[in-house]
Amino acid sequence: MLTQALFRALDKKAIWVIGILLAVAIFVPMANLLIPPGQFGHVPTYLVSLLGKYLSYAILALALDLVWGYCGILSLGHSAFFALGGYAMGMYLMRQIGTRGVYGNPTLPDFMVFLNWKELPWYWMGFDNFWFAMAMVVLVPGLLAFIFGFFAFRSRVTGVYLSIITQAMTFALLLAFFRNDMGFGGNNGLTDFKDILGAPVQAQSTRVVLFAATAIALALSVLVCSMIVNSKLGKVMVAVRDAESRTRFIGYRVEYVKLFAFTVSAIMAGIAGALYVPQVGIINPGEFEPGNSIEVVIWTAVGGRGTLIGPIIGAIVVNLGKSWFTSALPEFWLFALGALFIFVTLFLPKGIVGLWKQLFGNRRKAEPAAPTPTQSADIERGEDPSTFDNPQPRPAE
Amino acid sequence: MSKAQDTMLYLDGVSVAFDGFKAINNLSIIVRPTEMLAIIGPNGAGKTTMMDIITGKTRPDAGDVMFDGRTDLTKLDEAAIANLGIGRKFQKPTVFESHTVWHNLEMALRKPRGIFATLFYTASDDDVARITEILETVRLLHRKDELAANLSHGQKQWLEIGMLVAQDPKLLLVDEPVAGMTDSETEETAKLLREIAQTRSVVVVEHDMSFVRELGSRVVCLAEGAVLAEGTLDQVSANPVVIERYLGR
Repeated sequence: MLTQALFRALDKKAIWVIGILLAVAIFVPMANLLIPPGQFGHVPTYLVSLLGKYLSYAILALALDLVWGYCGILSLGHSAFFALGGYAMGMYLMRQIGTRGVYGNPTLPDFMVFLNWKELPWYWMGFDNFWFAMAMVVLVPGLLAFIFGFFAFRSRVTGVYLSIITQAMTFALLLAFFRNDMGFGGNNGLTDFKDILGAPVQAQSTRVVLFAATAIALALSVLVCSMIVNSKLGKVMVAVRDAESRTRFIGYRVEYVKLFAFTVSAIMAGIAGALYVPQVGIINPGEFEPGNSIEVVIWTAVGGRGTLIGPIIGAIVVNLGKSWFTSALPEFWLFALGALFIFVTLFLPKGIVGLWKQLFGNRRKAEPAAPTPTQSADIERGEDPSTFDNPQPRPAE
Repeated sequence: MSKAQDTMLYLDGVSVAFDGFKAINNLSIIVRPTEMLAIIGPNGAGKTTMMDIITGKTRPDAGDVMFDGRTDLTKLDEAAIANLGIGRKFQKPTVFESHTVWHNLEMALRKPRGIFATLFYTASDDDVARITEILETVRLLHRKDELAANLSHGQKQWLEIGMLVAQDPKLLLVDEPVAGMTDSETEETAKLLREIAQTRSVVVVEHDMSFVRELGSRVVCLAEGAVLAEGTLDQVSANPVVIERYLGR
């Protein structure tokens, strides 16, 4: 059963993407560790971390694409799940500091000592254990998404109303995490990390391992998403996106389909956040900023929603642009981002991947005029930007 | 309760109002197992609203809606009603346009609808055979790998009928199945529906009188949310009230 689903997931496209990511996971660290600095091909450590950050963004964009591109749920609060995963990781890293903090308190993080707290709050218990923290990385965003989604989808909140309440959710969390009383470091968040699993966070070798872990996590996310979208459930998700009430009338529980996609997506976003935090060295309430969630939407739209590779490309390309812009023309970045979004919406409704297909993938008959801007079914029809073979019948048939 | 016995669909005294406008007014209709019923009536007579009530989209303000003599449909939602065995074809053909014809049927095929059952679903040989059979019946076998969006209007109608058959329902509600079809397609559709009605109950809403004649079923004429006349097509169309309020116009 599971093997069949895995087999189905590994279509040509997924194999390509996963293969490239695994190659990246091996070769970038090698280029960093084995090629001496100054020589051609050396990847400096700061770049490894930067790329790791982009790849964690790519996981987040892929997570959003699963709910937005495939299931039609435009979540404008996905950064909340990302930040919660990040905080869970941050809490573990804080507990690892131990007596090396400014106040030298063996259990309490510095900000708690500063606030005159005497003992660790109950919700910080257990975070000194790596595996407990990792469980929380998955459970906290997953549970929040499940509860939030359960009520929202059961009440049939859809479209722009759902987008607004997801935005409200992340804003509420932003305000909550800003409060010092919450016990998450308030405005400053969690930082000054020392060790992860006994290895110093700042060390070159640790950064390289974190990068590789992120690339592998992205590859696994692609595998999971591919498994979902290539299954019958994935087709039902697209059906929900395109004709929700029709899907109900053939007997599918639309609210459960959405809840599944939303929860899986939130878990992926949480994992992305957990990988992001040790690589950037800080997590603060700014990550809950509603604008962040909207940026994720832009990455996904730019890359091409309703495809598995689109959001990955979008996240990397837009963030490369951001890195360049914010150092060269910092005051214009937001304008550039806005212009990019408008441009993509008007001229590239299917994003970079759609453009690629238009330019190089004209081997199929004319695209049908679909009622929705996305044509996610394309991805299953063997139209791969990286392989131009004819559509192949999948094993399930 | 006893009156609903031996019926597939039992509507008694059903009323529903939208903003004070009575779309359905004390409507009572009975459909027996393996019976075909054609419903005619002017626009705004409440035909589509009646289907909405049966399929759980609209809750009636009053009245009983029973399925298979024992299940109260007014307490269930769309998915639960669909899974009980009520299939619906919409007036405007609604197929899943970004899926292939084959996948449209695969989704409609009567199979467990749960999340994990759907996630790990693999078509069995029986399923493939069944879908192929349905594709032959609705004459879309040669287009099975094409996106449903590329079908003509008539073909979409047929695909939707095929999806209905794939659901294997006990009761089919078919809203204007031949709109936009050619005469020969209309004829074929009538034949197909008659065939389906040998083992299931079918309710057809239609304006096309020649199509209704071909169905050769009992006819109910609705107007202003209530039954105006009932009987064979000849009886109904000879009814002076029907002529005045529907046919004569």
